This record gives sequence, C-alpha cells and structure tokens, in this order.
Amino acid sequence: MNKYPLWKYLIILAVIIPGFLYALPNLYGEDPALQISATRSAVIDASTEQQIKSALTDSGISFHGVERAESGIQLRFKNTDDQLKAKDVVENELGEKYTVALNLVPATPAWMASIDARPMYLGLDLRGGVHFLMEVDIDGAISNTEKRLVSDLRSGMREKKIRYLSVTSSRDSGIQVVFPDQERLAQGLITVEDDFTSLSAKETERDGKPALVLHLTEAAKREIKDTSVKQNMTALRNRINELGVAEPIVQQQGDNRIVVQLPGIQDTARAKEIIGRTATLEIMMVDEKNSGNIQAALEGRVPVGSRLYRDRRNAPILLKKGIIYSGNNIIDASAGIDSRNGSSVVHITLDARGASINQRITGDNIGNRMAVVYVEQKSSIKKDEQGNVVVDENGRPVRVKSRIEEVITAPVIRDQLGKRFQIEGLDSIKEARDLSLLLRAGALAAPIEIVEERTIGPSLGKENIRTGFLSVMYGLVAVLIFMLFYYRVFGLVADIALVLNLVLMVAVLSLLQATLTLPGVAGILLTIGMAVDANVLIFERIKEELRNGVTPQAAIHAGYDKALSTIVDANITTLIAAVVLFNFGTGPIKGFAITLSIGILTSMFTSIMVSRGIINLIYGGRQVKKLAI
Amino acid sequence: MATRTKFNIDFLGKRKLAMSFSLLLVIISLSSLAIRGLSFGIDFTGGTLVEVSYQDTVAIEDVRSTLSTEGFTDAIVQYFGTAKEVMIRVPLEGEEKGAQVSEKIMLALHNEQNEFVTDINPVSKEQACSSNGQQQVCQVQMRRVEFVGPQVGDELANQGGLAMLYALFGILAYVAFRFEWRFAVGSVIALVHDVVITLGVFSVFQMEFTLTVLAALLAVIGYSLNDTIVVFDRIRENFRKMRKETPLAIMNISINQTLPRTILTSLTTLLVLTSLFFFGGDIIHNFSVALILGVVIGTYSSIFIASPSVLMLGISRENLLQVKQEGGEQKTTAP
Repeated sequence: MNKYPLWKYLIILAVIIPGFLYALPNLYGEDPALQISATRSAVIDASTEQQIKSALTDSGISFHGVERAESGIQLRFKNTDDQLKAKDVVENELGEKYTVALNLVPATPAWMASIDARPMYLGLDLRGGVHFLMEVDIDGAISNTEKRLVSDLRSGMREKKIRYLSVTSSRDSGIQVVFPDQERLAQGLITVEDDFTSLSAKETERDGKPALVLHLTEAAKREIKDTSVKQNMTALRNRINELGVAEPIVQQQGDNRIVVQLPGIQDTARAKEIIGRTATLEIMMVDEKNSGNIQAALEGRVPVGSRLYRDRRNAPILLKKGIIYSGNNIIDASAGIDSRNGSSVVHITLDARGASINQRITGDNIGNRMAVVYVEQKSSIKKDEQGNVVVDENGRPVRVKSRIEEVITAPVIRDQLGKRFQIEGLDSIKEARDLSLLLRAGALAAPIEIVEERTIGPSLGKENIRTGFLSVMYGLVAVLIFMLFYYRVFGLVADIALVLNLVLMVAVLSLLQATLTLPGVAGILLTIGMAVDANVLIFERIKEELRNGVTPQAAIHAGYDKALSTIVDANITTLIAAVVLFNFGTGPIKGFAITLSIGILTSMFTSIMVSRGIINLIYGGRQVKKLAI
Repeated sequence: MATRTKFNIDFLGKRKLAMSFSLLLVIISLSSLAIRGLSFGIDFTGGTLVEVSYQDTVAIEDVRSTLSTEGFTDAIVQYFGTAKEVMIRVPLEGEEKGAQVSEKIMLALHNEQNEFVTDINPVSKEQACSSNGQQQVCQVQMRRVEFVGPQVGDELANQGGLAMLYALFGILAYVAFRFEWRFAVGSVIALVHDVVITLGVFSVFQMEFTLTVLAALLAVIGYSLNDTIVVFDRIRENFRKMRKETPLAIMNISINQTLPRTILTSLTTLLVLTSLFFFGGDIIHNFSVALILGVVIGTYSSIFIASPSVLMLGISRENLLQVKQEGGEQKTTAP
C-alpha cells in the first residue's frame, strides 16, 4: 500500500529538475555593463568594436564579455567604478553619434542563456527607474486637424475662384463655410467632395445665406487617433534612445495612452525634458552661389547671410539664413516607390501655408537645392579647444546643452512645387523610410501629457530588494521550523515540498519573464504561508483517521484521498480572486496577482504529489506501527 | 457521535452572540465609513507624493516652511519610517501642471538645504549634489515620486470597486455550482463581513488606503473563502455520512473537526505576514496590515459567520443530496 508507480516519480523529477535549472540563473547576480548603440546616422560594425576596445585598453580599464548585435555593442565590467569610467571614455571616443547606456546584465553563463534560462525580470520598484503614463490628447489632434482644414479650405476655394463669405470652425458645430449664393455653394460642395474626402458636408443656412456644415468623418477621426498615438510613440522612442536607457519600454495602453518605462534612470527632470521636447525641422535654401568655394567657409570665411552646416555624412554644406517653412507645415511624409523608374522616394504633403510658400519659393529656385535641417537640443560632454574633456572638481565630465543641427537631405528642385511633392534619388527603400520617419517626427500630431508618474530612486530599489528578500527568508524559515516541530517527519516532508514550491515559483517566474514587483514578492510570501495549508489539511485528516483507529497505512491513504477535493475547491476559489486581480489591476497589483496565481498552481503540485511521493518512499509498502505526525 | 474529535466546542450555540458582535463591528465600520470615510492615497485622489531622505535628521517644520514659501501651502509633510526620511504629499491643483510638482519640490528642498550648508543661493540641483561616481551624494535625495493625474485616479477607483464586485460574483457562482446556493450566500455574507470590517479599521484609524491595500483586500477575499470552503466541504461530507444528526449538530462537528487546520493555517499565514510587516519595508506596511487584519477576521468569520448564515438560510440534508446527483464528482467516502 501507498506505493507510487515509477512513472509518477519520473513526472515529479521531470518537473523538479527543469525547475532547479530555470531557477538557477537568479543566483548569479548581475554584471555592470555598457550598452552602446548608434543614433540615426551612425553604424556599428567591427571597426567600432575595435575602436572601443582599444580606447578602453589604452585607459587601462578591463572589460569582458563583448557582444555585438545589430542594435549595438555590449561590454561587461568587473565593478561599477570601471563601468562609469568606461562610459566617459567611450562617450568621448565615439562622440555624439552614439549613445552609451549604463546597464546591469545577468551574469548567467552562456549555456544557460542558450536554453533561455534567465533570471526573473525585476519591476521598476525593485531596480529603480521611471514609469510614465502619457495620454495623447485626441480631441486636441482633431481640433488641430480642423484648424488646418479651415485654412486648406480657404486656399482651395481661392484656387478655384469660388467666392465665399467666411470659413470658421468651432469645437461643437464643426467647420462652417458661408457662401453668397446657392450657385457658389454648389461649386464649394464639389470642391469639398473632390478634394476633402475626410469631411462630410451638410447644407444649411446661416443668417439667410446658404452655408455648408462640415464634419470630419468617423473614419477620418479614427485615422487621426491611430496615427497620433503611433506618431507619438515613434517620436518618444527616438528621443528615449538618446537618453541612454538600457531597456526602455514604450507601449500603447488602451485607446490613447502610452506607457513609458525607463529602468535605471535617476534624473527624472532630464527624462521629462527629453520626452517632452520636440525635434523640429527647418527647411532652408542652399547657398548655391558660394557653394563652389566651400573651402573658404570651412576656413572661417562664411559668406554674409549664410551659415555652414553639416549633412549626415558630415560633409559641409552652406545654407542661406532664414527658414522658409518648418516641420510644423509638414502634414505627412511617407516612403514609396516611384512608378516611373522604380526608385525609392518620399512623398510629402504640406499644409496650406507651407504649400503656398513652397509654390512661391520653388518657382523662383528651379535647379537649386532645398535643404531640410533637423534641429534638436542635446546634452553632451564639454570639451576644451584641444579636444580634451572638461571635468569638474570631482573628476566627472561637465555636460553642456547644445543645439544639434543636421542637414538630413538637400534635394534639387526640379519643378515648381505645391502641396504635394516628392523627394527622389534615395538609395534604398530603407533610406526612404528613415527619412520619412525623420520628417514626420518633426511635428507631433497631438499634444501629450503625463497623467501618471512613478519614480523609484536607485537606493530605494536596492532597499526594496533587500527587504523583500529578508521578509521572504524570515517568513519561510518561521514556517519551516513551525511545521517541523508540529508534524515531525511529516513536517519535514511538508518543508521539502514548501522549498520545492518556492524553487518552482521562481523557475516559472523566470521562464515567463513576468515582471516581479514588490507586491509580487508579498504574493510569493503569502503563498508560502498558504501553501502549507494543503499539507495541514492532509495531515490533520491523517491524524483524524488514526484517532478513529485506522491503521497507519490506511490513514495515509485516506488522508490524501479525502483532503483532495477540499484542497482543489479551496485553491480554485482563491485562484478566482487572483484572476480578477490580474484583469483589473495595473502594474504593481498585476505583479501580486501573477505570483499568487503561480504559487497556487505550483503549491498544488508540490504539496499533493511531491509530498505524497516522499511519504510513500518513507512509509510505503512496509509494516508501519506508528506515524511520526 | 460517529467521529472523535480533538475539540468539542459548541460554536453554533454561540451564534447569536457572535452575530451580534459582528453586527456591532459592521455597524461601527459602516458608520465610520459614512462619516469619516477612507483616507484615500493619491492612487485614488490624484496628486503628487515625494519621498526624500536626508543625510541627517531633519525637522518636519523646516521642510513644511520651505515648501510653503514655494507656494505648496497645503502640502502634507510627515516622517516616513525614520526622522531622516520625509514623505510629502501635494493634492492636485487646478492650474499647476501636475507632473511638474515633484521637480519644483525637489528644487525647493535642494535650495533650502544648500543655503543652510554653504550659504550660496540660489543653486541648481547639480550644485546641491556632489557627484561620487554614479551615485549623487545630495543633502537631500529623492527616493520615490508618485504622480497620479485626475483622469487616472477616478479610473483606478472605479476599477477597484468593479474588481471587488466581480470577485464576489465569481466566487458566488463557483460555490453555488459546487455546493448549493445557501452555501454560496453564506460564504459571500462572510466575505462582505470581512471586507467591511477591514475597511472599517482603515477608516477608524484613518490609515492610508492605496492601490496595494485594495490588492490586499482582494487577497483577503481569497483567503477567507479558502477557510470557509474547507469548513463547508466537511459539512457537506458529514451531511452525507451522519444520517441521524441535526444540521446544527453536524455543523458543530464539522467546525470542530476542521478547527486544528483552521488555526494552523491561520498561524502559518500570520507568521509570514508578520515577517512582511516587520521586514518588508514601509511601502508594504499598510498592505501587510490589511492582510493580517483580513486573515484574523476571515478566520473568525469562517467559524462564526459563514456556517451560522447557512443554517439560518434553512439548509437541510435534502438540499445537499440533490446537488450530489447533479454534480456527481464527489467520491464515495471510505470506511
């Protein structure tokens, strides 16, 4: 009696051995590391890697574990001191085309990483960092669009020589166009139907004059919503890349919200500044007259009325001062293929104001070049005239804010241009896509606002890990001792099951890479307390059977048998509460719900199957007079 | 009696006393909730919370006056854990851009601190902190910032309330399916009892009610139910086994039979929660308080409230035998 067939033990082993394996990476800790990635115009290749390596060797900083991927290079260091020194060295060596981020990476051996065994993914409250929830102002985007449409409508009707009295827009009543008579209204209606497909028109009267009431169609509104969230996310990603955050998260949440998580960032003010900043585009004319003598400009003799810029390949280019129009006038930019010759192009759409300026300027400048300048504020390391890094009294490099200006493209004007035109002569569709992204990033489609912020300083993060670990350990030890004293041999079995349960929980959490938060740790702790419940139920049942005069073997059998349905019922109801928590909770609460649910499932396995297995090994299949329970 | 039990306490006989005691607690809780309400944290009200730590102990009055000169007149300032750590809470204000408040507060505190230390005024944040490698050593250091905008606060409160209702309904349905509707109603009465009294304690002592406390409350629902189900399970089993006993006697026997388990599990759970309370840090403090309260009240209610409620709803053997045929998954009992 009470013998498990071999296959049951094999199942137990088949769960527990991988459990230990996948829980193991959590013991290795983390290496301080640098993550170097290229910003828009730079590439990372073997020569960059060599450059970094030799710069570090020259500075006497030891490093190991160099990994190069398409996204960047990662280097590991022995301690944070080396890591920080290396950051300055690498930043200085590579310049501002690259971002260098501090990071902690798991020090898991390679063979473990190769079977996807990774440590648990710690939430921001444990590792420190910033969590922003941003809301995209969809109404704002829609009213911006309506405002733009008003001016587009005016110029559209002027173009077609349709006389109108007024074009106005208001939040509630849409756009109203008032005409002097029915005939003009009919012409206006045709224009709207032909050229403004995003608007639906209705005829009405205003002060005795015929008028059109125009509303954005539902499809157009949906389109605005989708694109404004997407565009904002793209812009946010671009900016965050440059903050030097190792594993940033930018995710859409719900309809119109974006979650931004920046692990390890301490300077929230700077993060907010960069996130909230708008990169702008300025469209200027190339100074063709003096371009022949660019050497003179490089030597300092810049012609009056012009300025020297650099393009993406760092080649000098002279531009006439004075912005023709800005990125705000660009409504849309998309990559495409020219149907005539199959080359990659970028289609650009301007708003009414941009279009009219464009028409005027390009008409006068056919054959000349028009430059698009990307302007952005960026902080970088200050250097003196000799190119040495300026340091403060503590030996840290001084950072200065600078305005980065870069000519991203300077195409030749082939024709008089208007509202829609295209930039040709791009090398590849990828280049076209990159350029269109840059052009779009200039203008944010909709204003965004931070509606929630949770920042955990690095010291508190470390403290939370420590207190979380301590409370789990103390709680675990207390329960282990209690069970051992109360149930003796059976208590020891329950203790083994409990420890295995903890190992399995850690393994599952590591495997799922679910975010472990501080409430998550509390969830682990709570399951430790509740996991023994199943064993208590079984053992009390065995005691009861013994009191009723049943033989020890039969008591064990009956105890496990009768307690089973109770255990399942009790756990399923708790699971219901945990699932509800998971579905409704945000961030930290989700973490609690996840660990609680996983704990319930793993504990059912360990406290029923594993403990029975051990009990059977100890008592099964032989004569037992007395149970140590 | 067919089964010998370690304990033989007439729990059901004291049901009137227990019921009145619980009723009193519920009335006190409800009136406190109605009159004083809950001290909602910024998760629900919206606002800004900044936790800072100083190198040395700091007087609350100093911090408060620094902040009020900066215009934060209704900031709530209190120690958090030790006299070196201060928690500042600022309610949402109309014009102020919410997300900027925390920076203004930090700047104000940096300035104040530096004026005091070096007499240079005003200073930027960079000057107030000396850098030492990665760690900035500041007189005052930001430990935690939480900002919740008005849009989010309302949403969280609504979601929280909904979550509670869904959990209760889910449980009601499951217990009704597995047992019988009287048991389902009995368990939900016990759960509402636990939640109301725990909320009542938070209201009477004006402890901060945050999102994590809400999570704890949902976990309490799970735990208390766990306890109740174990008792119900035994009651159902005994109804089938003991043909001659009255429902009241059967309930008493069942509660006594499961009593060691009820106490032991509560004990181990309280052991880990005490560990969490003492070692888990200040952020998790109210969370563990809510859980400890909930476990104690939940244990009490699974003995004194849940079963008597089922009895008062008029349970009889026939009710359960019917279910047996429908459900059919219950195994026949051994010896």
